[in-house]
Amino acid sequence: MEVLFVLIIVSISMALVFLGAFIWSVRSGQYDDDYSPSVRMLFDNKKNPES
Amino acid sequence: MQAQIKDIHSCSHCGTDCKEEDIFKHEKHFCCAGCLTVFELLQHSDLCSYYDLNDLPGISPKGMYKGKYSFLKQKELAERFIEFSDGELVIVSFFLPDIHCSSCIWLLENLSRLNPAIIHSQVNFPKKTIRIHYKEKEAEVSQIADLLATLGYAPSINLGKNEGQKETNRKLIYKMAIAGFVFGNVMLLALPEYFEFDAYWLSTFAPFFRWMMLVLSLPVVFYSGWGYFTSAYKALRKGFVSIDVPLALGIVALFGQSVYEVLAGIGAGYFDSLAGLIFFLLLGKIFQQKTYESLSFERDYRSYFPLAVLRKTDGEEHYVAVNELLPGDTMYIKSDELIPADSILVSESVVLDNSFVTGESKPIERKQGDHIYAGGRVRGKMVELMVSKAVSQSYLTQLWNNQAFSADKSFHFRGITNRVSQYFTAFILLLSLVSAGVWYTIDPSRMLFVVSAILIVACPCALAMSAPFSLGNMLRIFGRHKLYLKNAEVIESMAQVNHVVFDKTGTITQSDSGKVYFEGNAFTKEEEGFLSALFRQSNHPLSKLVFEHLDRRPLGEISEYREVAGKGIEATVSGVELRAGSARFIGLEPQEGVQESRVYILWNDQYRGFFKVEGNYRFGLREVAGNLKKYAQLSVISGDNDSERSNLLKHMPGAVPLIFNQTPQQKLDYIEGLQNSGELVMMVGDGLNDAGALRQSDVGIAITENVSQFSPACEGILDAREFRKLPGFIRLSKKTMTIIKTSFAISFGYNIVGLSFAITGMLSPLVAAILMPISSITVVVFTTLATNWAAKKEWAKPDINHVEL
Repeated sequence: MEVLFVLIIVSISMALVFLGAFIWSVRSGQYDDDYSPSVRMLFDNKKNPES
Repeated sequence: MQAQIKDIHSCSHCGTDCKEEDIFKHEKHFCCAGCLTVFELLQHSDLCSYYDLNDLPGISPKGMYKGKYSFLKQKELAERFIEFSDGELVIVSFFLPDIHCSSCIWLLENLSRLNPAIIHSQVNFPKKTIRIHYKEKEAEVSQIADLLATLGYAPSINLGKNEGQKETNRKLIYKMAIAGFVFGNVMLLALPEYFEFDAYWLSTFAPFFRWMMLVLSLPVVFYSGWGYFTSAYKALRKGFVSIDVPLALGIVALFGQSVYEVLAGIGAGYFDSLAGLIFFLLLGKIFQQKTYESLSFERDYRSYFPLAVLRKTDGEEHYVAVNELLPGDTMYIKSDELIPADSILVSESVVLDNSFVTGESKPIERKQGDHIYAGGRVRGKMVELMVSKAVSQSYLTQLWNNQAFSADKSFHFRGITNRVSQYFTAFILLLSLVSAGVWYTIDPSRMLFVVSAILIVACPCALAMSAPFSLGNMLRIFGRHKLYLKNAEVIESMAQVNHVVFDKTGTITQSDSGKVYFEGNAFTKEEEGFLSALFRQSNHPLSKLVFEHLDRRPLGEISEYREVAGKGIEATVSGVELRAGSARFIGLEPQEGVQESRVYILWNDQYRGFFKVEGNYRFGLREVAGNLKKYAQLSVISGDNDSERSNLLKHMPGAVPLIFNQTPQQKLDYIEGLQNSGELVMMVGDGLNDAGALRQSDVGIAITENVSQFSPACEGILDAREFRKLPGFIRLSKKTMTIIKTSFAISFGYNIVGLSFAITGMLSPLVAAILMPISSITVVVFTTLATNWAAKKEWAKPDINHVEL
């Protein structure tokens, strides 16, 4: 049963990683614009004629 | 007369009717050279997908000319748009109010194909901003601005702060994220204690679990929930009990009791309820904080004024920042530009559109040497002016020195939640005292536990969430119906409004529409073309309406054009002498009792009939006024003269005060007068001339034909097409308040259940952990459903708002 100590520590550490990832994503501005990315991904990537 | 054959095409770029011009090229019609230029530019760079993504996405680049942004060549002026520069790479950002669809995003993010100096560009759609990275050596800010404007996306460049660089406040999101994280984990750790466990579990694991919860709860109390302590403290110092006071009290009781139980080793405490409470509260706050990022509710005159003007010093012309203009300077103002400072006219004459300053809709003419007030828009050719007062000292800008603009409006308004919380807090404190007294006689050792249990269970979480969720949801519903509010509290003020003041010009009248009929001998198509040529010359609102009504491309050569102010116009079109104007102007006796405006036509000295223009009041004004009358007093205040008095009265229900010839300052004073007599005033206005009144009023609603255009500082921006919904908005605001009160009753119900546990000393962590989320969720569900239902009931009737005028 003592393995519970390890498991709890591991699970909370993992949750902390996800919390950190969320805060990072907010900081980097990913939640500032919730419309343009959804449209942007649908545009065809026609390459520049020169390149 | 009604038999019109339409030979008008719509522009392949922007979709407007090619009325004044019709350019046929590339097998497409264009309404102006600007639209054609954009099309050719896009075609040349293989960017025509722009037209495939949406139907007619283009914006006509009207008012654009080469070098319009050349003032940005000066470093000091360009600096405000530059976010970053390292000598090679520059990042600029602009606010582009014309962004409206996915085509816009596509084109603006492919700018690099139009100018190779641009490396990368990214649009933020909700904010309507663009960030452009470019190579410093190959381009300038002015060129970038020119390119954007040529495409029809004129950057908003004015004296106010650069709206391309708005920062969002993300603090609340961090707070909520941490509270949510802790809530989830603490629930997991708290769960085992709710079941009966043997002594082995308790001695081996319980201390670890409890200490874990205690550590986890620290960031929730001292970071996420800290705002409640500071705000409660601030409120108490100002001498009132806001809702944050009982909340802070509850948090302290929860945290204190839990820490005590863990330290003393007697229980697991209420950490899950604590984290849940703060998480739900923050959720409510975020929900209420819906903001319309592309709109600004804080604009002052600076947002209207140009950033720079052309000034002549020592024979040389330079662009200077408007702020640097000094009395005695000579400046040049181009057509359609705003005069930024009070000045004296040096040029021979100028036609000014003063509707901004005075609300007077007719353009006026000024002669050399006349004094000209700031805020007028120049029509026609460029003029030379001598500055007589600095910008901040001008007549119009003086209005902003009024104390109405420095006072914080939100301060004196206390929401319904805070008013209720005063009684609630007093009741809870009294109850705690009485229970403490009773328990002292029964079992003194449990007295403190009971008191803290009461404070825990009475913590008004559900109460505190009723208003944010009702108002927040209503705010979104209003937004869907095109009334954009500055914040959710405005709805509370709207519910209490008992006097509505309307501005006239541009608010209850429409500058660009009105019903026009012709009575008399009908014209042929060719003759209509001639008339169209005549009316096109004049800027008078009636001429514009008749021109719109004729719906015809102008024909013929026009010569000897003359406009007699307030009377009429005349000209010779291809040899035909035309005269249009008042009855007297064409030599007739005016008839008695004519209500509508008439434009009489004289064709080669022969009377042909008249165009009847019925008051261009907004469609449904009568109905709106009638419905509003049920809730509030009405008055109309205008900068115009009183020639419309009798006509306007016909649209009003009964005797409504109509006040004419008011200056912006007088409008403000009028509102203040009403407020001093105890009324809660809603001002509905549009232009800068209403800015003072909008600011002074309790609820200032700016009405606008185009929401992305600038509107003065206000509490709400209403799309002019939804004008008829105004009484509905007020009715719904009142209903929202009823919903909030009902929701209060529900949360009190839960409180009574909880308190009965607390007073009898039976409150276990489990009861608290169940009661708190359930009451919060009930309130959220109830308020959301109730507000949606109320809105549906209000506007489920057949949509009567889109009837053509």
